[in-house]
Amino acid sequence: MAALETIQKLEILADAAKYDASCASSGTAKRSSTGGKGVGSTEGMGICHAYAPDGRCISLLKILLTNHCIFDCHYCINRKSSNVRRAKFTPQEVADLTLTFYRRNYIEGLFLSSGIIKSSNHTMELLVETARILREEHDFRGYIHLKTIPEADPELAHQAGLHADRVSINVELPTDSGLTRLAPDKNSRQIEGAMGGMKMAIRQSKDERKRFKHAPRFAPGGQSTQMIVGADAATDSDIVGKASRLYDSFRLRRVYYSAFSPIPDASAVLPLKRPPLMREHRLYQSDWLMRFYGFAPAEVMQATGEDGNLPLDIDPKLAWALKFRGRFPVDVNRAGREDLLRVPGLGTRAVGQILASRRHRSLRLDDVAKLTVSVAKVRPFICTVDWRPTLLTDRADLRSLLAPKQEQLELFAA
Amino acid sequence: MTALQHVKMGTYYVVHMPEPDDFAFWRERARQLVQCDVPPDRVAWVEPGGNGSLFSHGDKRLPVPDDATRMIRASKRFLSIAKNVAHHSDPERFSLLYAMLWRLQSNPRLMEDKADSQVRRLEDMDKSVRRDAHKMHAFVRFRMVEDEAGNQQYVAWFEPDHHIVRREAGFFVRRFANMHWSILTPRGCIHWDGETLRESGPAQKSDAPQGDPAEDLWRKYYASIFNPARLKIGAMLKEMPRKYWKNMPEAALIPELVAGAQKRESEMVDAGALEYEDRPETLAAIDKAIHACRKCPIGLLDNQAVMGEGADDAPLMIVGEQPGDQEDQAGKPFVGPAGQVLNAALEVAGIERKQTYVTNAVKHFKYVQRGKRRLHQSPTAKEIDVCRWWHEAERAIVKPKVVLALGASAARAMLGKTVSISKARGEPMMLDDGSELWVTAHPSYLLRLSGDAKAEQERLFAADLAAVKERLAELVE
Repeated sequence: MAALETIQKLEILADAAKYDASCASSGTAKRSSTGGKGVGSTEGMGICHAYAPDGRCISLLKILLTNHCIFDCHYCINRKSSNVRRAKFTPQEVADLTLTFYRRNYIEGLFLSSGIIKSSNHTMELLVETARILREEHDFRGYIHLKTIPEADPELAHQAGLHADRVSINVELPTDSGLTRLAPDKNSRQIEGAMGGMKMAIRQSKDERKRFKHAPRFAPGGQSTQMIVGADAATDSDIVGKASRLYDSFRLRRVYYSAFSPIPDASAVLPLKRPPLMREHRLYQSDWLMRFYGFAPAEVMQATGEDGNLPLDIDPKLAWALKFRGRFPVDVNRAGREDLLRVPGLGTRAVGQILASRRHRSLRLDDVAKLTVSVAKVRPFICTVDWRPTLLTDRADLRSLLAPKQEQLELFAA
Repeated sequence: MTALQHVKMGTYYVVHMPEPDDFAFWRERARQLVQCDVPPDRVAWVEPGGNGSLFSHGDKRLPVPDDATRMIRASKRFLSIAKNVAHHSDPERFSLLYAMLWRLQSNPRLMEDKADSQVRRLEDMDKSVRRDAHKMHAFVRFRMVEDEAGNQQYVAWFEPDHHIVRREAGFFVRRFANMHWSILTPRGCIHWDGETLRESGPAQKSDAPQGDPAEDLWRKYYASIFNPARLKIGAMLKEMPRKYWKNMPEAALIPELVAGAQKRESEMVDAGALEYEDRPETLAAIDKAIHACRKCPIGLLDNQAVMGEGADDAPLMIVGEQPGDQEDQAGKPFVGPAGQVLNAALEVAGIERKQTYVTNAVKHFKYVQRGKRRLHQSPTAKEIDVCRWWHEAERAIVKPKVVLALGASAARAMLGKTVSISKARGEPMMLDDGSELWVTAHPSYLLRLSGDAKAEQERLFAADLAAVKERLAELVE
């Protein structure tokens, strides 16, 4: 076979990377290229340089080094037994491509992952080498996210952390049985062991930097992981539980959810239908509830239906509120932040503004309307000086009053 | 004339801004005016190039305060917002800021009242400026040009909504400190030569380079990273409104990507993700369904599906690889030479074949035609995986306590991965449904051997069957 042109390899290896949800470039140390030899800066907030028609942000050059793989994970398009076109970049090619794009302000940096070739260690060496070329030879100060292979030597993982802003190890599936069944070459003990190792290294580096100014940084953007939703039988309850355990045990910055999507050459053990994209969205919302709204994992689980899944037609916060109507209405002029954050339709920003404004005036419904997107959604759950929902909160058909119209739903549903 | 007299006489003041974004100038003038108690409705703020004739009767000389040291109140929040609002394109921005500064004198905490409509308006303007700045960081696209000496110059054309070009220069300097670059806009341009920042007047789109070969790569990346199975155009438009598209090389692809998405998705599904019906719930239904199965190429050969046979509640399920030539003709599993080896070994081990359920990992016979003979071919991993659907349906009905896999193909069908027989045999493995998997060689392997090797393998095969028999006895009790 004739050697592939760079542009063909880019097509194959970007295509192969598109099933990875993460593209974040935020939360790392501040850097600039001033005083250096190369390009690149990070200023805390990530930047999305473009958006694809799938609504996803394009922040990083997200590619695989190669899509050859000796593993045979059923949900993965690159598994050994799949029939896709294969290609392989050298570390130098990836570094050059990153710089070409970065200099034109197309990207914030690189998100590099890879299929496993020869061995986990060999593959990990190539990933680390790519980051090393960028950092050491080109003094690149942009963002680098490296996917770490749990089976690789911890020393290699350590080097990855020294070059990268963020490292991630995918847990892939929310249950062990799902992993055994769909990713027979992987093992959850090994994955979680590697995540634990990363956590220790990140913590140790932070500690050293407190004492020694020039101690090397280690993955200042922390670590994240990804779970595939809908490829196995795990319910939303299982997923929320697993995510919260991961946040607690490994101090993760983010858990990404990726709705299983039909992949070419899929394996026969996969489910018949792909899950609605809305399911992924609801999981992200529940993730937000836990991280920013003070919901305990058990409370999010209370919002799930009898089948253990979050409702698709309404968001989890509304679902929770409808189940616990006794907690409402909340008086916006008196209630504390925690209670206000429970009101469906009030975000963290609106709650902050209510708390600031009510020092100056007693809030009326009109005032609340100015601070929120939809007062109609908020109304049944609050009282103001001139408004009490009286019977509204207890109406049996409240859910149907607040759920979005069916036509709207179908735009998003599978 | 004192300032107080000015106001009493109803004098109207006009302040001409030297630059559209000169916050420091506004702050000085505003301080002076508040010190002289000039109310907002007596001051007009005019942008450079703005229409001054309306205010021709206004006094351009500002009053001098009686007490220039008088404290002017402005909250921190107001100052931080005002610095941004000064860059907004709204011609009323300086008047609005002055009105707010005026009100702050009597109500210093006014900015906290988020429900006040003027506060809201300033907050919205602040947000709009910050968003414009953020979009500039994101959507500026440099094009590289080389001069005769081979020096690389990166030039971008961008159209901001607000007067933010000078404000955002720092970001690009920090990011591209060692590049030579220019950002051209209709509101003025900035240039960096690696050491100093230079400004120049407004430019036109035609002043910027018209292309860059790297854009082909970038467009290819944009088209490939997009997942057609999850079209969400609204989400894209919210963050990347159409007004930015004309200066982004990749945006030209959007219409065709959207139009092709449905087609690409159905191709993706057709290419692989097989559509299965609901899982059959009786053995008869499986038998019927496998005869119609064409999900892999083996089903397209001239052969018939061979269903498993035996007791539908058998404690032991024996799984082979696939039917052979004779099995295909008979429509029954393990009736050929390998079947005879199996039957003999079962008898020795004391296992009644009638009380077991015997089936195959792959339901059709895979072969190549050589003259009159049909030569056995091993199924691929993919073909085994496709057929796993049927085999799992059988297992869900029979619910065996022990599954005996004959050979690597059968083991793969159970485990989803390829294992080595020599390593896997002799020890049970737990399957998802709680049954135990035992692995041994395929009887046809024994047929291919001779001499000592054959004797050795026969001994191991017999030992495996004996171990299964023993384990069954324990489990059935």
